[in-house]
Amino acid sequence: MIKKLTFAAALAAATALGGVAANAKTLVYCSEASPAGFDPSPWSGGNDFDASSRTIYSRLVEFEHGKTSLMPGLAESWTVSDDGLEYTFKLRPGVKFQTTDYFTPSRDLNADDVIFSFERQWKKESPWYSYLPGTGWEYFAGMGFPDLLKEIVKVDDLTVKFVLNKPEVAFLPDLGMDFASIVSKEYADQLEKAGNLQQFTQKPVGTGPFQFVDYQVDSVIRYAAWDGYFGGRQKIDDLIFAITPDPAVRAQKLKAGECNIMSYPAPADIAGLQADENLHVAEQEGLNIGYMAYNTTVAPFDKVEVRRALNMAVNKQAIIDAVYQGAGQAAVNPIPPTMWGYNKDIKDDPYDPESAKKMLDEAGVKDLSMKIWAMPVSRPYNPNAQRVAEMIQADYAKVGVKAEIVSYEWTEYRTRGKANDRDGAFQLGWTGDNGDPDNFLFLLGCEAIGQSNYAIWCNKEFEDLLQAGKKTTDQAERTKIYEKAQEVFKREAPWLTIAHSKVFMPMTKNVVGFEMDPLGIHRFDGVDIAE
Amino acid sequence: MSNQTTAVPSKPAARPGALAEFWHYFSMNHGAVLGLVVFALLVLVAIFAPLIAPHAPNEQYRDALLTPPMWWANGTSNFILGTDAVGRDILSRLIFGARYSLFIGVVVVTFALVSGIILGLLAGFFRGWVDTVIMRVMDIILAFPSLLLALVLVAILGPGLFNAMLAIAVVLQPHFARLTRAAVMAEKNREYVVSARVAGAGNIRLMLVTILPNCLAPLIVQATMSFSNAILEAAALGFLGMGAQPPTPEWGTMLAAAREFILRAPWVVTFPGLAILITVLAINLIGDGLRDAFDPKLKRS
Amino acid sequence: MGMAPRPGRHLAIARTMFRYILNKFALIVPTIIGITLAAFAFVRLLPGDPILAMAGERGVSPERYAELLERFGYNRPIWVQYFDYISGVLHGDFGVSLATKRPVLGEFLTLFPATLELATVAMLLAIAIGIPAGIFAAVKRGSWFDQLTMGAALTGYSMPIFWWGLLLIIFFSGTLGWTPVSGRIGLQYFFPPHTGFMLIDSLISGKKGAFSSAVSHLILPAIVLATIPLAVIARQTRSAMLEVLGEDYVRTARAKGLSPRRVIGMHAFRNALIPVVTTIGLQVGTLMAGAILTETIFSWPGIGKWMIDSIGKRDYVVVQSGLLLIALIVMAVNLVVDLLYAVINPRIRVQ
Repeated sequence: MIKKLTFAAALAAATALGGVAANAKTLVYCSEASPAGFDPSPWSGGNDFDASSRTIYSRLVEFEHGKTSLMPGLAESWTVSDDGLEYTFKLRPGVKFQTTDYFTPSRDLNADDVIFSFERQWKKESPWYSYLPGTGWEYFAGMGFPDLLKEIVKVDDLTVKFVLNKPEVAFLPDLGMDFASIVSKEYADQLEKAGNLQQFTQKPVGTGPFQFVDYQVDSVIRYAAWDGYFGGRQKIDDLIFAITPDPAVRAQKLKAGECNIMSYPAPADIAGLQADENLHVAEQEGLNIGYMAYNTTVAPFDKVEVRRALNMAVNKQAIIDAVYQGAGQAAVNPIPPTMWGYNKDIKDDPYDPESAKKMLDEAGVKDLSMKIWAMPVSRPYNPNAQRVAEMIQADYAKVGVKAEIVSYEWTEYRTRGKANDRDGAFQLGWTGDNGDPDNFLFLLGCEAIGQSNYAIWCNKEFEDLLQAGKKTTDQAERTKIYEKAQEVFKREAPWLTIAHSKVFMPMTKNVVGFEMDPLGIHRFDGVDIAE
Repeated sequence: MSNQTTAVPSKPAARPGALAEFWHYFSMNHGAVLGLVVFALLVLVAIFAPLIAPHAPNEQYRDALLTPPMWWANGTSNFILGTDAVGRDILSRLIFGARYSLFIGVVVVTFALVSGIILGLLAGFFRGWVDTVIMRVMDIILAFPSLLLALVLVAILGPGLFNAMLAIAVVLQPHFARLTRAAVMAEKNREYVVSARVAGAGNIRLMLVTILPNCLAPLIVQATMSFSNAILEAAALGFLGMGAQPPTPEWGTMLAAAREFILRAPWVVTFPGLAILITVLAINLIGDGLRDAFDPKLKRS
Repeated sequence: MGMAPRPGRHLAIARTMFRYILNKFALIVPTIIGITLAAFAFVRLLPGDPILAMAGERGVSPERYAELLERFGYNRPIWVQYFDYISGVLHGDFGVSLATKRPVLGEFLTLFPATLELATVAMLLAIAIGIPAGIFAAVKRGSWFDQLTMGAALTGYSMPIFWWGLLLIIFFSGTLGWTPVSGRIGLQYFFPPHTGFMLIDSLISGKKGAFSSAVSHLILPAIVLATIPLAVIARQTRSAMLEVLGEDYVRTARAKGLSPRRVIGMHAFRNALIPVVTTIGLQVGTLMAGAILTETIFSWPGIGKWMIDSIGKRDYVVVQSGLLLIALIVMAVNLVVDLLYAVINPRIRVQ
């Protein structure tokens, strides 16, 4: 009897919703880590963005799905003053904030929300600036916004003007980034009045495609399609993040049908997932590089011949096979081949232990023993640095170089790696923030020594090209400059360029409309489940 | 010396025939004998590893990545138990790994035993504030779950085999201290100790020569149990990435590196664990046998 | 127990008990202070820098670093930091996680039920199987059942449980597909966590299949976590029973012609229970250590996994307060066991 009643109630509810399919369409995403919170701005992890900014929130401008080009978001249109100092945005009228069981908005999105979204990360006198103990608003600061912004002016309810201190070509793309998501001032005011600021990051309210339903710490996040989304209601009804840190377990769950789509499969599992007839494995070249930087200031690594000989001693293809399990390609240049400005004509140092040995002999290097540094964590550009180190160690042994593998705790690792007198070759990598070659090549600039230049390499010729590239606006011109820079890089060999990894996204075959994002974001708007 | 032994007929130090009697009881326990045999084999394997192992433990056969064991479809007799992700022979790594496990056991137990005995003797013999301070510190150590404490210690000292052993020794050592202290307190006022003191024996002599030999039985049993515990905990730390570092063929570390292959190459996961289990089981069998042989109560019944 | 003792004797017992408890507490207070010091010291000694840990590959500018240092209070003298910490703890403030900015106590309280549920089920499993197995083994000493049980128990005791868990996953989840791989309940079931215990919440929710889903998620981790306590309990029960069965009064009872079941059930087992209860109590620490490995393998969202993750992330505050909270729980359980022991076994009170 009770069963009948509940069924009838469910049926009634379904019809009341206006003929929505009787079975709610649910998409389950096996994600790799718990989000730190649901405020889109304070954090910097991809998993944080997936769970907050890309699902619940929207921004003034948006990246096109699967691309790095911009399109209007909450701003319908914008104008830039001739001196590049004033950006005026016309907001889309009638944008609704999500109605949840903890907040009911009384008004649509307006300029106040936009100003609040930025000022809370900027103005120290705002209670919201420090509402999360110890938050640094790292991205806002990292993109230089505190110095860049002069003021944000409300022209009228639907018009906002950003005034800058200096021109910045990347300002618009910056506004498409996660930290620039627009939050509700009305909601914030309510919480401030109630003295419950913490709720802002625990129970989020945005204007995005999905609204927050529930979060069980470290296990499940639930979202529902937001009926009032200005981009149109999503085809799926429920979106679930099943947080599953172990990649092998994620793969198991996908195979068992416990989730529809998963992030970051272990390289070892990819072949098995591809072979599964119920699954489809989407793939994309990653915008990244895994490398090993020599310390070019310490003998004998200050000699180009020694660095090149060591490069030639390493069997890169074997590393790609064993560590990346084929999910990557041997890297030649410090920028990935999918990026404009990539120099296709450069040939990689060949794998040739014989010649390598001879070159070392000629350089007067005998009985060299050195250290190979291995990151303690798995990164997209290098799934297993320990294993890479073991393989390089074995390769080096064949040319008479004895290597010892060292590793430290992740922050300690990077701190020690920056030391000018660091002993040994240092593995690390980089994932691009945007599609610009400078975003990779700056890693080798003279200014980056002590920051991100782990080769401690300052080459006049390379540096001049790097600076020239920054000042030039014409892309064809810049392409030439960067192609030249890559030649210098290869000739001087401050790094062993190891690999550009591929990024995979396995999903069940009934998932349609999922697009892989070049910047590694996982977006679920526009995704549907075929019947 | 001879005076003391005659003074305490009830407390014989090694009497000829005691050993034979001990062996008699020990050998009645078939499990213990089996454990001893397995353990002896392991020791031999560890000593003669370079002779027995078909391959060098760190030799990478790049054209034979993740080869299955020889009795599987694509296996080859060249790699009896198959190869790992970078093409190293698993059997050879297990054989060399026996060295590490036994080494870990010996070092940890020695460390824990020596420091535990010293602390226990001091606490039990002097009592008072020495006892209070030592036993409170032991309480603090025991209040933390052993693996958690070892993990934090290794995180402080930095991952690595030596630091892992040190951390495990610290964690295991209170058991020895407590045992020794209890035994010392029980023995301290016995006649033979009192008479030795009257005969003018100094504190150190009393502690080490007179009392300690009579507390040995429980310590030996505890040492055996700690030996197997040390191997297990070191493997657990290795599994969590905080023990021996690759490419060391330590069994727990091998398991950690193999974890991503549980679906694709289960043999990489199976054999190191089996090796740990067999070793620990053998030692625990010996420990059981020792305890039964020492324990007069069970002998009687 | 059946006869009412005189009130005077009650009072005497109460007084000795009270003195006993007081003594215990006198020992515990310095230990707790020591634990806070140890947890605090450990965390300061950890290499790595919490501020850099948050910054990632991008790094952080020196000015920003100084600002954050100031805000976290890491630039103050160490003893000031310690006393601040202690006064916070005394007011129930265990600090705020560096990674998630949530209060540590809140995180602990949301995750602890998961661990408690797993540990309780594991312990019940261990007791339910371990004690009968131990009794039968003792009664049928030397039989094939005894040898088999004790062989299995020693194997269980020797088990590297992280490997055991992986094997079970490979077999039951992978090959047979009987059990889910990880998590606490199927994702289709969604109900508010009233108690935090999934088994109870799933029953309260009244959703069909929810309870069995929770059980199927719990079963493998519980088996893995139960393995070592089960082995220890079975062995301890057996040897305690053997000891008691050898005592004169049991022999007498037997000689008197009491049925074996009565002898074993009424006399022997009750007396054998004392060391078994102690053993069970002592397994709590083992369970906590086992939970770290079990939760890691099964992605079980409990405090063991939380601690491992926090050590990895260098979340100082969580490691420090987590260590403290866990140690306090272990100590509290040990104290309860001690008291229970004193209640069961009056002799100990006098000592």
